[in-house]
Amino acid sequence: MVINITNFARSGLYDWMAQRVSAVVIAAYSLFLMGYLFFGATPDYAAWHALFSQTWMRIFSLLALISIAVHAWVGMWTITTDYLTTRLLGPKGTALRFGAQVVCGILNFVVFVWGVQVIWGF
Amino acid sequence: MFLGKTLKVSVYRYNPEKDQAPYLQDFTVEINGKDMMVLDVLNLIKEQDTSLAYRRSCREGVCGSDGMNMAGKNGLACITPISQAIRDNKLVIHPLPGLPVIRDLVVDMNQFYTQYEKVKPWLQNDQPAPAIERLQTPEQREKLDELYECILCACCSSGCPSFWWNPDKFLGPAALLQAYRFLSDSRDTHTAERLAALDDPFSLFRCRGIMNCTHVCPKGLNPARAIGHIRTMLFDRGV
Ligand code: SF4
Ligand code: SF4
Ligand code: FES
Repeated sequence: MVINITNFARSGLYDWMAQRVSAVVIAAYSLFLMGYLFFGATPDYAAWHALFSQTWMRIFSLLALISIAVHAWVGMWTITTDYLTTRLLGPKGTALRFGAQVVCGILNFVVFVWGVQVIWGF
Repeated sequence: MFLGKTLKVSVYRYNPEKDQAPYLQDFTVEINGKDMMVLDVLNLIKEQDTSLAYRRSCREGVCGSDGMNMAGKNGLACITPISQAIRDNKLVIHPLPGLPVIRDLVVDMNQFYTQYEKVKPWLQNDQPAPAIERLQTPEQREKLDELYECILCACCSSGCPSFWWNPDKFLGPAALLQAYRFLSDSRDTHTAERLAALDDPFSLFRCRGIMNCTHVCPKGLNPARAIGHIRTMLFDRGV
């Protein structure tokens, strides 16, 4: 899923939109969690468990996880294509760029699957 | 600012035929307290050292040939008073950043012009030409204001980090300003093709809104805003 909505479509517009929308979701999720921690019940295990058992919370968390994956991917792809180029690094630039993208992609995937496991494992 | 009898100037020097690496050369110039333009100072230095190379022509901010970096900010030497460019009692002059140096303050503008060409900066209209001219209402004509005045000095593009990293793929603010100039022209019928050519991840979308372009434009134009308008047009078309 990360793959289809990011630059594999080779559209700048879709990358740009994905970056904005995911940023809003991440911000909303962070604000919500901070609000919950500051103003809500004491976050003991029972309260935490009750919160994360709600369907809407699971959807919200999954949406936030997907947003982080998308946001990180578009951002890292942009950074690698800015700085890891043959223009700046010579002929080894392409291999370095591709390597860095593979590492980012795998890390992203790992964090995503791990996150799903955490949310559903609660 | 108090201007003394003399001024210390540091100028970037590089002659690839004899220098291993670029260096800064210090000069002392007699200014007699006058707030002259940076170009006047360069002309005085040229009297001391005829080997100094720089471009200039109109000396009034019209031709766009003397774009350079003064005290870290791009601008036209002929309309930048030294009082605005002196830091710590010194005037430091570099060539435009991000472009290959040919010699001293003269840079190779080819990459910049190549990107300009890519936006097809001419009117494209498929309808038969009328007998006299293609008319515009005053309102339609007004849309081109603050777009057509660009003198292609490259101060904006060469101040844009996105252009430094990808000068072959990112069009840069100057070219994008002209792209918008023709997208806004009521007489141009190629809006759809023009937009389609800008939709990839680099040509326009590599703009990160750093706003250096708008900050430095000596003609007071706003390429960042034009880029925003094009993005809105692409958004309208793409969703
Ligand atoms: S606003 Fe865009 S085009 Fe202008 S300097 Fe910044 S990145 Fe470059
Ligand atoms: S937009 Fe301004 S800074 Fe850029 S090339 Fe045109 S006149 Fe120069
Ligand atoms: S000499 Fe023409 S713009 Fe400065």
